[in-house]
Amino acid sequence: MGVISELVKGLRVTGRQMFQPRVTIEYPKVFRDKPQRFHGRHVLNRYPDGMEKCIGCELCAGACPARCIYVRGQDNPVDAPVSPGERFGFVYEINMLRCIFCALCVEACPTEAITMTHLFEMSTTNRSDAIYTRHELLMDRDGAVPHMFEDDKLADLDELGVADGWLRATAPSGNASYEGVRQWQGTPGHADWDPEPDQETRDA
Amino acid sequence: MDLIDFLIILGRVLATFVLLLVVTVLNVWIERKVLSDMQSRVGPNRAGPFGILQTVADGLKLFFKEQINPKRAEMGAFILAPFLAVIPAFLLFMVIPWGAPFQIGERTVSLQGTDLNIGVLFILAMSSLAVYAVVLAGWSSGSKYPLLGGVRATAQAISYEAALGLSIVTVVMWSASSGDTGGGSLALSEIVARQSGTLDEVVPQLGFVTQFLPRWNLFPQIVAFVIFMMAAVAETNRAPFDLVEAEQELVGGFHTEYSGMRFAMFFLAEYVNIFSMSALAATLFLGGWNGPTFGLTGILGAALPTVWFLVKTYLIFFMFIWIRATLPRMRYDQLMTLGWKRLIPGALGWLLLSTLVIGVRRFGLPWA
Repeated sequence: MGVISELVKGLRVTGRQMFQPRVTIEYPKVFRDKPQRFHGRHVLNRYPDGMEKCIGCELCAGACPARCIYVRGQDNPVDAPVSPGERFGFVYEINMLRCIFCALCVEACPTEAITMTHLFEMSTTNRSDAIYTRHELLMDRDGAVPHMFEDDKLADLDELGVADGWLRATAPSGNASYEGVRQWQGTPGHADWDPEPDQETRDA
Repeated sequence: MDLIDFLIILGRVLATFVLLLVVTVLNVWIERKVLSDMQSRVGPNRAGPFGILQTVADGLKLFFKEQINPKRAEMGAFILAPFLAVIPAFLLFMVIPWGAPFQIGERTVSLQGTDLNIGVLFILAMSSLAVYAVVLAGWSSGSKYPLLGGVRATAQAISYEAALGLSIVTVVMWSASSGDTGGGSLALSEIVARQSGTLDEVVPQLGFVTQFLPRWNLFPQIVAFVIFMMAAVAETNRAPFDLVEAEQELVGGFHTEYSGMRFAMFFLAEYVNIFSMSALAATLFLGGWNGPTFGLTGILGAALPTVWFLVKTYLIFFMFIWIRATLPRMRYDQLMTLGWKRLIPGALGWLLLSTLVIGVRRFGLPWA
């Protein structure tokens, strides 16, 4: 009789399971909430005034354990500088097939030029498409982030506007003319906190 | 026998065939859905509403796939095997009544493929024949895993065929003893007819309970039912007795080398067999199409027994799936131990006990 009671015990487990909610999330229809610090596709940021943050220092390429970043810096044109510094990254390529999304490039970047977003839908049909260049990585002057496939039905392109979490704690540009003004973040997405107080208020 | 008789026969054979096909297509979907429910998954949900057309899609896909012929296969037996699997599977269901006989004008139409007077024997023969398909497929593939599956099928089928047959013998004997005419019958229609009414008519001594119970063979033959169900699971090569096609050790077992339509035929045969075995269990033990009529007449009155039959069959079918979702596969020696040391002695003992009870009921106590 021991066999029978064990069988009934087993049948009860599977029977009960029938009335439990499903764990499946029907992905393209329903998007899961991602963790705040989710590592998705990279983006090259701009300052609010339109300047590129990247100074072409290649620290990201040096930090990259997968060796998937290729950067070449160039001196800024004197009359029309691209970035506030001396140089800017005029070649910036990330091979997404090699990238392991460790965000060491983000940590290495001295100017918070490269950050990560929440978008992970990056499948391509050929390998050369997987190499993202400045053209795909760099955000527009108004803060919107381009995507290689604008009509991608699977991707929720709003995810490109969500910044990787830990950068939100860092300061925005520090441009004096924006002091006291509620401004958008340097990283994608819009700031939902008050602007930093000016120097005197802070000192007081 | 005139033309109308011929048409009626043709019609009911066709109806049985179509019923079986439609139900099998549904059953594959039902099994996948129930399994996914029990595993917290969603299951097929793409083709048609709730994925109900998934089987059709899979069938069409298999139909257009290439049929690969292994170099070392014995081609004759290799091609013959799938047919040997499908034909007995369909023939088996032909003798099972799936609805009450009804009158059209002066003619009585019985809802079953054919009302064989040796229906039970025919079913045993057909279910044994189906084993040849597995054995031949395994042997003729010219590959080691199918061969192992085929060898296992031989041993497994022989061991469980005996228990299956013995449990059916008890039912037939009981049915014979409880008939109004006294004589026994191997015709399934007769076995079903003898399960109408309440259990009160068989065991009047316990009238306070039995008047509420239907006169199904399930209650007096509960042990035979359990043995029958276990043997039926083994007979249809289902988990936990699916050693013949044990995926983890034998790739696909006997059908490893089959592809395309030939594989689809094995698949079809398996599901037809499961449904037939469920239907047989419902017929032998759960009173077949018997059930409350609610005073319905006409078309509805004729259709209601079919509904009861399907409800009972699907209850058994659900048990098949439930057990598959629950139990892990048995080890081979455990399978043999269960078959030879538990089920067959158990069935024999029950047969003896039933014989005694039937004898006493018929002739009284020997010393009285």
